Amino acid sequence: MKYVRGFFAFWYDFIVGDAWEVAAGVVLSLLLLYALAHFSGADAQTAGSGWTSYAALLLPLAIVALLGYSLWRVRPRG
Amino acid sequence: MSTQWWIGLVSSFLASGVEVVEAVTIVLAVGVTRGWRSAWYGVVCAAVLLAALVALLGATLQTLIPIDALRIVIGTLLLIFGLQWLRKAIMRYTGLKELHDEEKIYEREVAELREEPAAPSGAIAGVSAQSRPAIDWTAFTVSFKGVLLEGLEVVFIVITFGLTAGDSTPAVIGAVAAALLVTAAALLVHRPLTRVPENTLKFVVGIMLTAFGTFWAGEGVGLQWPGEDLAILGLLVFYAVSAGVIIVGLRARTKGESGKAQEAVTGV
Repeated sequence: MKYVRGFFAFWYDFIVGDAWEVAAGVVLSLLLLYALAHFSGADAQTAGSGWTSYAALLLPLAIVALLGYSLWRVRPRG
Repeated sequence: MSTQWWIGLVSSFLASGVEVVEAVTIVLAVGVTRGWRSAWYGVVCAAVLLAALVALLGATLQTLIPIDALRIVIGTLLLIFGLQWLRKAIMRYTGLKELHDEEKIYEREVAELREEPAAPSGAIAGVSAQSRPAIDWTAFTVSFKGVLLEGLEVVFIVITFGLTAGDSTPAVIGAVAAALLVTAAALLVHRPLTRVPENTLKFVVGIMLTAFGTFWAGEGVGLQWPGEDLAILGLLVFYAVSAGVIIVGLRARTKGESGKAQEAVTGV
């Protein structure tokens, strides 16, 4: 059990590190976009360069917002 | 050769460069304090294990997992991993985290290794080959672990780039070229490579991994990037500019806070 816990702790630290909010935010953003792309009623293929292209622009914005938020959390406080 | 090919090559070259600089510091400390033979055994064993991981994991994952699922999983991991690098680099630029100092790490490693019990007679360099024991396990373990742990990040990048782009060649070429170059430089100067701008390299790699991860994870969840592959270049520019803005904002904030603290202390 100790080794299993150690194994997962290593990979958690390796990939997620000390900013769990970034990892959680990335996964949540992608889940939302996946749901939009597959269950919103719009057909991604027929929509072509339509809304799925606009939705693609949302992802980098969400990533930068997450990065900014995560760094804002560790800023020095007066 | 496509945009992805070149980004794969440059990213793994820079990432490997940074990690090998860190591994070299550890191996140098081991070699100088405990002797070179066991240190080199550790390096070679770790390098072989890392190469085997790339060969085995890359091929297995590609065969077992469908490409769409692979893009979502690997793209997401690459994105999170890249953001971690970028975040750390920004924290070091803005003083929120201490800069990586190879000289200081080297001194600390040397001090720790000197405190370890001495190797059995003959394990230290300079003693005749006949009286040498098979191996100095402290030297072997420290250098093996150092190279393995630093190398795992490179392996992760090589595998993820290879899987998402469908071709590991550029990532492998980049990683091996950087490893050889940095090792040769370390052998020449015989000191920790303190002049390598590690944080700048980490910042650039962080941006590249984040851009690539965003592209692949986005495609995986069903998004269509305007301009297809060229969107990666757009993402690179967007993330570089955004990170620059964050750095400027955080530096201003840090200055403001230290100014307030100074005023509180001096009462002015």
